[in-house]
Amino acid sequence: MHALKISRKSLGIPYAVFLLLFIALPLVVLFYYAFTNGQGQFTISNLTGFFTDPNTLGTLCYSFGIALVTTLVCLLLAYPTAFILANSHLKQKHVLLLLFIMPMWINFSLRITALKEILTLIEGNLARYPFFNAVVGMTYDFLPFMILPIYNTLSRLDGSLIEAAKDLGANDTGAFLKVTLPLSVPGIISGVSMVFLPAMTNYVVLDMLYNSTYIMGSLIGSYFSAYNWHGGSMIALILLAIIILFTLLTHGMEEDNENPVGGALL
Amino acid sequence: MKKYGRLCFILFVLLFLYAPILILTVYSFTDATTIGAIRGFSLHNYVTLFTTPELRDMILGTLLLAVSAACLATILGTLGAIGAFYSSKKVGTFMDSLNQVPVINADVVTGFSICILLVVVFGISKDTFIPLVVGHVVLCAPFVYLSVIPKLKQMDPSIYEAALDLGASPARALRDIVLPQISSGVVSGFAMAITLSLDDYFIATYTKPATFDTISTYVVNATKGSQTTIKTALWALSAVIFVIVALIVTSANVRASRADQKERAKA
Repeated sequence: MHALKISRKSLGIPYAVFLLLFIALPLVVLFYYAFTNGQGQFTISNLTGFFTDPNTLGTLCYSFGIALVTTLVCLLLAYPTAFILANSHLKQKHVLLLLFIMPMWINFSLRITALKEILTLIEGNLARYPFFNAVVGMTYDFLPFMILPIYNTLSRLDGSLIEAAKDLGANDTGAFLKVTLPLSVPGIISGVSMVFLPAMTNYVVLDMLYNSTYIMGSLIGSYFSAYNWHGGSMIALILLAIIILFTLLTHGMEEDNENPVGGALL
Repeated sequence: MKKYGRLCFILFVLLFLYAPILILTVYSFTDATTIGAIRGFSLHNYVTLFTTPELRDMILGTLLLAVSAACLATILGTLGAIGAFYSSKKVGTFMDSLNQVPVINADVVTGFSICILLVVVFGISKDTFIPLVVGHVVLCAPFVYLSVIPKLKQMDPSIYEAALDLGASPARALRDIVLPQISSGVVSGFAMAITLSLDDYFIATYTKPATFDTISTYVVNATKGSQTTIKTALWALSAVIFVIVALIVTSANVRASRADQKERAKA
């Protein structure tokens, strides 16, 4: 029995080594590069530089702005959609859900190309509404990731709670606000975390829609093109800090941490 | 009235999600170079797509990368999940949390950090494809791990023990008892890995050889260029991918609902 336990455990060794080598070590290296300069000396100028330069601070604000508006728009579209789907009396509602999820599996760059052609047709010149286009592009890209988790929580909701609320005198709106909405918060939160962070970093959507304003991701891209590993590492680290902060804030409220997207795949 | 409102909303969202790709599909069968005036029916976009060596290599390269990264990720992630599941709680939690890093991290950060480690620190040339493959395995393996772990938790441990009591070697018990029970997790992890790799842009840009392109990096560069033949051939590619995805999703769904019906018939 003893030898056997070791053999089962040892199956995990390659992956453990892989995790240490390619997930933990890159983070260590990122730290090292962020706090050193080209000569390998310790410096915090990369950090202070970011927080004193109006350009980079502007980028941070613009990223937050785009991410915030995108998340709100996604939420306003996704929540009613998920709600209607979850409450429909159709027998095959998971087929209907699949229709909303399917775009997830089509290459995003091709979908954004399609969107770009349509927006060009409607607007004539894409450069006229850069912020609007960025939000539309991100929403188009990320909407399925907001619909799915909200649908999952809503469809698992115990219907008798709503009935109980109504028996106790609540009207439809009251039951929704006091019962359904609070109980669907975990779904909203996991949806928000799947939209907000990518919206801060996915600069290709902006590039493809001719919005030349930088967001946080574009900063890494430009440092990368300039071979400035130290500056790029600091931006990556700042992004990482934002991501960790965001995850810690939402962690306690999330329902299934074990099953982010994978569970609903097929 | 309320019902119509709901229906309209659903249709509006569907229109938003599908109109661009459907319109592009229609135009891919014409000789138009911009969306607007439809002229004649033409298949030349499809001819260009399948006969231009550059495009063909890019598509095949993307598929090859996705399959190899997904295979590696599935092997590593599945074994990792089994190992972590049977290890002490401490080791298991440690692996769980490291595994979570690429899942929550932005792809830009993951790609950039792998590029720094492998290319800048270790000096591995991007032309070896090692950084690219490693990057894609880092992207995919955590999701395989995450889809296998719940299956291990659902498993009845006594069946494995019974197999051992009946004289099976641990390796055989693992192959014949554990593996079949977690296979659905492994398969959905593999499918997830393929889609993640196919959809990736950021990790590829930071780790790929300069002469190699995946569909994403190619399309992004092509939209900045002005070659209209390539541009419209990519419309054909969107149409092809759209149809393939729709077919896969439909057939998977049909199979799932058939299995579901059988289950219900049994009960």
